[in-house]
Amino acid sequence: MRIALILLGVAAALIAPFFVYPVLLMTILCFVVFATSFNLLLGYVGLLCFGQAMFLGLSAYVTGHILKTTDLSLEIAILAGALVSAVLGAFVGFVAVRRSGIQFAMITFAFAQFVYFLLLRSEFTGGENGMQGIPRSELFGIFDVSDTLTFYYVILGMTALAILLAYRVIHSPYGEILKAIRDNEPRVESLGFKPERFKILAMSISAGIAGFAGGMKAAVYGFATLTDVSWTVSGEVILMTLLGGLGTLTGPMVGAGIVIVMNDELAQFGEWALIAQGIILILVILFFRRGVVGEAGAFFRRRQARAKDAPAGKPREAE
Amino acid sequence: MANTTGPDYALEARGIGKQFGSFWAVKDVHLRIPRGSIHALIGPNGAGKTTCFNLLTKTLQPSTGQIILNGEDISGLRTSDVAKRGMVRSFQISAIFADMTVLENVRVALQSAHGRAFRFLSPISSIRGLDTRARELLADVGLADAETAKAADLSYGKKRALEIATTLALDPQVMLLDEPTAGMGHEDIEPITQLIRKVSAGRTIVIVEHNLSVVSTLSDRITVLQAGQVLMEGTYPEVSADERVIAAYMGGVEDAH
Ligand SMILES: Nc1ncnc2c1ncn2[C@@H]1O[C@H](COP(=O)(O)OP(=O)(O)O)[C@@H](O)[C@H]1O
Ligand SMILES: [Mg+2]
Repeated sequence: MRIALILLGVAAALIAPFFVYPVLLMTILCFVVFATSFNLLLGYVGLLCFGQAMFLGLSAYVTGHILKTTDLSLEIAILAGALVSAVLGAFVGFVAVRRSGIQFAMITFAFAQFVYFLLLRSEFTGGENGMQGIPRSELFGIFDVSDTLTFYYVILGMTALAILLAYRVIHSPYGEILKAIRDNEPRVESLGFKPERFKILAMSISAGIAGFAGGMKAAVYGFATLTDVSWTVSGEVILMTLLGGLGTLTGPMVGAGIVIVMNDELAQFGEWALIAQGIILILVILFFRRGVVGEAGAFFRRRQARAKDAPAGKPREAE
Repeated sequence: MANTTGPDYALEARGIGKQFGSFWAVKDVHLRIPRGSIHALIGPNGAGKTTCFNLLTKTLQPSTGQIILNGEDISGLRTSDVAKRGMVRSFQISAIFADMTVLENVRVALQSAHGRAFRFLSPISSIRGLDTRARELLADVGLADAETAKAADLSYGKKRALEIATTLALDPQVMLLDEPTAGMGHEDIEPITQLIRKVSAGRTIVIVEHNLSVVSTLSDRITVLQAGQVLMEGTYPEVSADERVIAAYMGGVEDAH
């Protein structure tokens, strides 16, 4: 069942550019990776980072700068951007991670605003105008990816890699400790672990993946702007994750797709896009706690359980 | 490390105290727990028993006093380092990882000693070797058939058993158990008591317990706390015959849960 769904998703992604505008699809993929990075923190460690955009935006500028000023190949530039974000993530984590809940969110928000300000004032970013004319260097220094359709498949491959990385982390010995910290941090400490070290590493990995998304985005559009560092993007990724379903790998991916398509459809109505986002967020929080994917999963599990119980006719063990 | 001149104490508290604002929840408490013994900490609700545990494991920083574990002053350490030195506690409110399976709960604890917990690129299969030990521990506490269940779905008694299995996974020399039978029905109390007796072999145990029959069955010595201070210390017959203890205890024990 699960494998069938994954194959279906992959098949859909492969044929999608023949039916949908590829740049829209690539935008979705960038945000799929971005939302995955955010979900790693909120869904698996319980950390609400309200400044995730700083990792996206910073890396977009770093990647763009490298592509503009050096001959390095595309993947090196994107990985360099991701690395810079991962370092920033470790630093922010080091400062913020001993706080929890709203305090953690506020500290990460403050950092993000600071990064926004620095990038606004930096010379290399082009300030308010953003960084224009980022070239798309060859992949591995040999493959020309200037063709949009070709580039779509490159971005799809990168997205798959990022998600595999997230999957690996979540299902690693380390990921098991992260989930334990999310469930009961004092207990984890009482068992001899130092939770903050695990959280700092999680911040760094998450920031690195967000940075990877930022680098992809810079290469897709050929420009980087302050929007990518702004608090509205930090908020949007929260919406994507909650809408799709927290703590599931596929949830944020679906959420990213929904929000990007919705923004695209509502763009013509200006401010209404924001209002629609707000209303959807409220509806999700009130009625679909588990998000689209979470609710669907729960629905199928309930049906399965009923199908299993019915023929045996025995009630579930009551304890 | 071991004290060669006198009895060998696994754990000592020298005048520990904790002040919340102007209120002393624990004041000038001295404890000396001989190695290998089971020591009960009793007293009415609010007497400061849990706070004592929080101080001993450094979950709270003591306002006064010292804590000596195996001859080493651990007053300046943090909880995780205390655990690494062999003293691990259970919590009054079941401390389990609710969204994880029973087996995963124990495996988390086993990872603590295993030292590979930062391997974020290894598959989970790389720690499958721990499952054998995890299953042994689960069998020890009577949870052999529950390993794939979600911890949150366990009955109350089984959650307590799981927490003990998780604590045992660290193979602690000193175990602090905070009301392991609290809120349990009679049918659960007996097995847990047996279990504690079983795991006490080769360990030192400090137990906070309201059920006096459990206390009398298990403990070598008892410290009675009242209003944050030590009222008396002695064996069960000594303590249960003491007028002050009877007076203090009768007021508080019934509504203790
Ligand atoms: N973190 C805290 N802040 C303020 N008061 C506390 C705190 N923890 C415990 N207390 C108080 O200290 C006293 C002892 O509590 P506790 O150690 O939990 O008692 P016991 O475990 O013996 O029932 C109680 O009066 C309680 O209200
Ligand atoms: Mg208590």
